[in-house]
Amino acid sequence: MEQSLTRTGKANAVKDKSFSRNNMVYRKRRLINIFNMGASTLAMVFGLFWLFWILWTLLRFGIEGMSTEVFTQITPPPGSQGGLANAIVGSLQMTFFGTLIGTPIGILAGVYLAEYGNRGWLAPATRFINDILLSAPSIVIGLFIYEVYVISVGHFSGWAGSLALSLLVIPVVVRTTENMLRLVPNSLREAAIALGAPQWKVTMYVTLRSAKAGVITGILLAVARISGETAPLLFTALNNQFWSDMNQPMANLPIVIFQFAMSPYEDWHRLAWAGALLITLSVLTLNIVARWMGRQKTQSH
Amino acid sequence: MTENASKLQVKDLNFYYGNYQALKGINLEIPANQVTAFIGPSGCGKSTLLRVFNRMFELYPGMRAEGEILLDGENILARDVDINLLRAKIGMVFQKPTPFPMSIYDNITFGVKLYENLSRVDMDERVEWALKKAALWNEVKDKLKQSGNSLSGGQQQRLCIARAVATRPEVVLLDEPTSALDPISTAHIEELIHELKADYTIAIVTHNMQQAARVSDYTAYMYLGDLVEFGETDGIFTAPKKKATEDYITGKFG
Repeated sequence: MEQSLTRTGKANAVKDKSFSRNNMVYRKRRLINIFNMGASTLAMVFGLFWLFWILWTLLRFGIEGMSTEVFTQITPPPGSQGGLANAIVGSLQMTFFGTLIGTPIGILAGVYLAEYGNRGWLAPATRFINDILLSAPSIVIGLFIYEVYVISVGHFSGWAGSLALSLLVIPVVVRTTENMLRLVPNSLREAAIALGAPQWKVTMYVTLRSAKAGVITGILLAVARISGETAPLLFTALNNQFWSDMNQPMANLPIVIFQFAMSPYEDWHRLAWAGALLITLSVLTLNIVARWMGRQKTQSH
Repeated sequence: MTENASKLQVKDLNFYYGNYQALKGINLEIPANQVTAFIGPSGCGKSTLLRVFNRMFELYPGMRAEGEILLDGENILARDVDINLLRAKIGMVFQKPTPFPMSIYDNITFGVKLYENLSRVDMDERVEWALKKAALWNEVKDKLKQSGNSLSGGQQQRLCIARAVATRPEVVLLDEPTSALDPISTAHIEELIHELKADYTIAIVTHNMQQAARVSDYTAYMYLGDLVEFGETDGIFTAPKKKATEDYITGKFG
């Protein structure tokens, strides 16, 4: 008698757990899901809204200011014809040399952290300081170069600007290089070492080579970061209305934009918008190329 | 065992991961030009032992080995041994295929270039020789410039074997070389092991008992860091002297 009771009880319990849409547990879970989905979609739309507004404004005013003179003529005095040629070239030059100085140091330091930094206190300390440098306000970097370089040589210059930018490149490259090298499986290192290869050969020909795409992505991201920086150039490259070499104060897009946008002159405003559009487009392109390269890497493995 | 000179002699070998003792007083002689298999349940120390032979363990902090391992009478655990030269003499193939991020050709030459200065023609010859040894030549001879990553898993593993034999080591260590491969590739590699022993002394770690029985001349059964039994493979598999070995081989345990 008792036995049969428990049996029917069990059977009922199984019946209650129906796989219909009216199942209470399932309905509650679905409602929570819909709510969360809606909330995160709203948050995304909110974020994208501002981004697209910025891009739209930039495109509207930027394209208006765009012309061939922007690329061929130098920054004009107010009221006369001119372009941004010297600022564009100045920005390119300083970004180039900043990257050229910062990249090798960054890669070497990243290699040290990933390949040699498994024991001892030096690597953790370096990693910590690098993280601080990574998040240091760029104006501090500018002031530092002003203090140690500009004051000692006695004038602003393109080189000073490049140095300041290179200090921004280093932590980004160090970080990405280390992270990318850490993604290389240890078995690959062991395989090379098992052949009797010295550590530097393992690093140069095996690990660094498998992390190549990732490291290049990191460099591109660093270039994207410095090409729009204003603060570190303020006390170092300053600005120039004319063409200049690397030993003179040098025109550059961010500061020209700042100067022109703050002015009361309509034609300067137009050039500032054109410059802003140029910087944004190049940073956007760099980011897309970097992403694309990163994806190539994951696909090939 | 008397008919074969021993290539590697392990004497009172203890090995520690920090405070944990992974190998306990191992004594063993690995005969030259024979295949010696190491079997035992996971964590018994067979891979650890293999990684002591080329001192791979030294890459990681907190690991140390005590005792002696004699390679042709010379203690390879001695401090003054040149570790790169040692590893050139003792090649190793790992569980997962590890082709280097370069062409098939360069994969083979990487190790050769470290210790030999060969002319272009000699190098080509060496590459062909190594790939033929690994039974891969016919499949890759028209695409030597392609990336090693473009090969299938079984081909990649044979590439790794070719890479290991290309430097002409004296001993080849195989750490579960077929555990990530399908049966056909596995058969290829087992055949290969059989052919390679004419020129090399081979030590293989495997979880696959049938494989050990098929490819090896000598078998060592290990359990929890102890060498339980060591002897000719035929003897171990047909008439093990110890109960523990028999239980493991017949599947009662492990």
